[in-house]
Amino acid sequence: MTSITDAPQNPLPFNTRSRRTPAGRVIRWLRTNLFASVTSSVISVLLIALLAKAFFSLVLWGYWNAIWIVSGNQTGPCRSIRGLGACWAVIPEKYRFILFGTYPFAEQWRPALACLTFVVLFWVSSRRYWWRKELVAVWAAALVLIGVLMWGGVFGLSYVSQDRWGGLPVTLILATFGLAFGFPLGIVVALGRRSKLPAIRSLCVLYVELIRGVPLISLLFMASVMFPLFLPDGVNIDKLLRAQIAFVLYAGAYLAEVIRGGLQAIPRGQHDAADALGLTYWKKNGLIILPQAIRHVIPPLVNTFIAFFKDTSLVLIIGIFDLLTTAKTSIIDPAWQPFSVEVYVFVGLIYFVFCFAMSRYSRQLETQSRPS
Amino acid sequence: MTTSTPEFPRKRRLRFSLNRQQVNGLIWQIVVVAIAVAIVGWLWSNALHNLSVRRISTGFAFLGREAGMPIADSWLAYTPKDPYVRAFIVGIVNTLRVAVIGIVLATVLGTLIGIARLSANWLLSRLAAVYVEVLRDVPLLLQLLFWYVLMQGLPAARAAWKPIAGVFLSNRGLVLPSIPIEAANLWVIVTVLAGLGALYILWQRLVAQQMADGKARPLWPYALALLVGLPALVSFGLGASWTITMPELRGFNFVGGLTLAPEYFALLIALVTYTSAFIAEIVRSGIQAVPRGQWDAANALGLRRSFVLQRIVLPQALRVIIPPMTSQYLNLTKNSSLAVAVGYQDVVSIANTTLNQTGQAIEAIALIMAVFLTISLGISLFMNWYNARIALVER
Repeated sequence: MTSITDAPQNPLPFNTRSRRTPAGRVIRWLRTNLFASVTSSVISVLLIALLAKAFFSLVLWGYWNAIWIVSGNQTGPCRSIRGLGACWAVIPEKYRFILFGTYPFAEQWRPALACLTFVVLFWVSSRRYWWRKELVAVWAAALVLIGVLMWGGVFGLSYVSQDRWGGLPVTLILATFGLAFGFPLGIVVALGRRSKLPAIRSLCVLYVELIRGVPLISLLFMASVMFPLFLPDGVNIDKLLRAQIAFVLYAGAYLAEVIRGGLQAIPRGQHDAADALGLTYWKKNGLIILPQAIRHVIPPLVNTFIAFFKDTSLVLIIGIFDLLTTAKTSIIDPAWQPFSVEVYVFVGLIYFVFCFAMSRYSRQLETQSRPS
Repeated sequence: MTTSTPEFPRKRRLRFSLNRQQVNGLIWQIVVVAIAVAIVGWLWSNALHNLSVRRISTGFAFLGREAGMPIADSWLAYTPKDPYVRAFIVGIVNTLRVAVIGIVLATVLGTLIGIARLSANWLLSRLAAVYVEVLRDVPLLLQLLFWYVLMQGLPAARAAWKPIAGVFLSNRGLVLPSIPIEAANLWVIVTVLAGLGALYILWQRLVAQQMADGKARPLWPYALALLVGLPALVSFGLGASWTITMPELRGFNFVGGLTLAPEYFALLIALVTYTSAFIAEIVRSGIQAVPRGQWDAANALGLRRSFVLQRIVLPQALRVIIPPMTSQYLNLTKNSSLAVAVGYQDVVSIANTTLNQTGQAIEAIALIMAVFLTISLGISLFMNWYNARIALVER
C-alpha cells in the first residue's frame, strides 16, 4: 500500500522538529489538552482566569494577610483583619484541645500514642502480606493496647475515665471498634440473608432494612435517649458505649449488604464442590465461600469504611466529644469565636487525610484486581 | 429384563420423617427466633417497667396536646399553640422541601460534573476531579457547619449583597423575587402538569405510529397547544395574576419576595454539593461503562459530540446509573436529618424536641422511622418503575 510508504514524509517538518524540543512538547500538550477546539479554548481561558482569581484571593487570605501567632488571648489584630486574612493563630492556641479534648494535659501523650497505634494498625491491615489469620491476633493486641493507654490504671498509668476522653482518639475508637464488631456481625447477617431457612432470613432482612431505612441520627438519639429505658433498674451504660453499640449495629447492616454482594458473585459450582466434599455449612462458608466473597468486595468495603469514618462525626449531635465536637467547642471561647472557619479547615484537613488515604488505597486495589 | 413386568414410577408417599438436614434447619430456626423473641421481650418488659416508674404513658395520645414549640421556618401556617401532630406535619413538609429540591439540584450539578470529569479539556477534568475528591472526603456535618458559619458571616440585611437586581444575600438568608401563588395560579400549574402527562402519552403513541409506518409526525403543535395555549386560556379565564413581587429592605428586614432562611440555605448547599460529588462519580462510571465502539460508530456516522452524548451514550449509561443513583437519593433524604445541627426544623429535629418535652421517646422514634421508611419506599418504588422502563429489552 502506498500510504504506508508515504507515512514518514507526511507530517509537517515543523511538527517533527517541534516534538523533539521541550518547548515544542509543551505546545503540543497544550494544543491537545487545553486548546483542541474553539469551545475547549474558551473553557480553558475562562477556567484559567477563574482559577487565577480564586488562587490569588486564597493566597491573600490564607497566607499573605494571615496572622500565624498572637500572644495569649490578644486576638485584637486578628479581629481587625477579619475577612481579609485568616487567623491561623487559633490553631496553635487550641490544637491540644481539638485533638485530645479534656484528657488530662500532662497525660496527653497517651491518646497521641493511641492514635499512632491506630494508624499503624490500619497500615498493617492494608498490606496484602498481612491478610491472614494472624491479623485477628494483631487487631486484638492493638485494641487491648489502646484500651490500656486510654484508660490507664495499670503499669503505673493513672486512671482516666471515659468522660474525659475526646478529640481524634474518640473518632478513631468509634470508627475502629464499630468496624471491628460490625464486620463479623455483617458477615453473619449476610449469610443469614442468603440462608434457606425462612425464619432466619426474614429476621436478617428485617434488621438490615430497618437500620438502613432510617437516618443514623435517629439511631443515635435512640442510643442516647431510649436505650436507658430498655435496661433494667440500676444498670447504667456509659454514653460513649451506647453510641458505640449504635454504630456497631449501623455498620453491621451496611457491611452485610456489601458482603452479600460478594456472596452473590460466587458461582454456584463452588457451593456444589464444597457440598460434594462433605463440608458442613460453617466449614463450607468459612473456608471456601467467604474468603473468595470478601476478596471480591474489598474496594466497596473500603468505601463503606470511608463513609463510616465520616459518619462518626454525627455524635456531635448527641454531645459526645469526638474530633468535630471538640473543634466546635474550642471556638465557644469568646476571644476566638469569630475564627471558626480556620478551625473547620484544620479539622477538615485531618478528616481529609484519613479518607483520602483510604480512597486512594481502594482505587489502587481496584486497578490491581482488574485484568490488564 | 422381561417386558411382562413394566416398572411404573412408584407413587411418592407423603413422608413425615425429616432428614438430618431439615431437623438441623428447624432447630436452628427455633433457637434463633427464640433468642430474638427473648431479647425483644426482655427489653420490652424493662421499658414498660421504666415507663411506669417514670409515669410516662405510652401511646400516641400526646399528639393532640399543645406543642408549644416555635417553628421559625415553615411553609404551612403554624403557631406554638397548635398540637404536636401539626408540628410533625410541618416537620415532614420541611424535610420534603429540602430533600426534593436537593435531589433535583444535586442530580443536575452531579451530572454536569460527571461529564466535566470526562472532558477532553485537561483543566476542566482535573478541576472536576478535585471537586469530587475534596467534597467526598470531608464529613457532611463538617461541611454543613462550615457553610452555616459562612452564612452567619455574611453582611447584615442593610448591607446585603445584590448580585442581581431583586436578589439579596445577607445573614438573613437568600431573598429572591417571587410570584405570589393563589388558587388561580395553582390551577394554571395543574393544567401545565396535566398537559405534560398528556403530551407524554401522545409522544409514545406518535413514536409507536412512526415505528409502524416510518413516517415522522411532528409533536410541537400538540406541545404548543397543551403547554402554552390551554394554560394561557385557564389563566385568562380565572384571572390569575403573574406579577413578580420584588423584595424590599424595610427597617431591619426584607418585605415581599421569597426568603430562604440561612439554616435552610446552608443545609441545601451542603446536601447538594456533597451528594453531587457522589452522583458525578456514578455518572462518570456509567458513561465509561458504555462500550467504546458506540462512540466510534456514532463518530463514524458524523454525529456531533453533544448529540452522541445525549442520544446514544447517556440513554445506555442510564441503565448502569439508575440503581446507585437511587441509593444516593435515599442518602440525601436521610442526610437531611443533619438539619438538627444548624437548627433547621425538619421532622427529626421536631421529633427530638417533642421527645425532650414529653419524654415519649419510643413514639417519637417510631414516628421518625415511619416517615423515613415511607419516603424511602416512595423513592425506591419510583426509581424501580423508572429503571424497569428504561431497562434494555432483550429480543
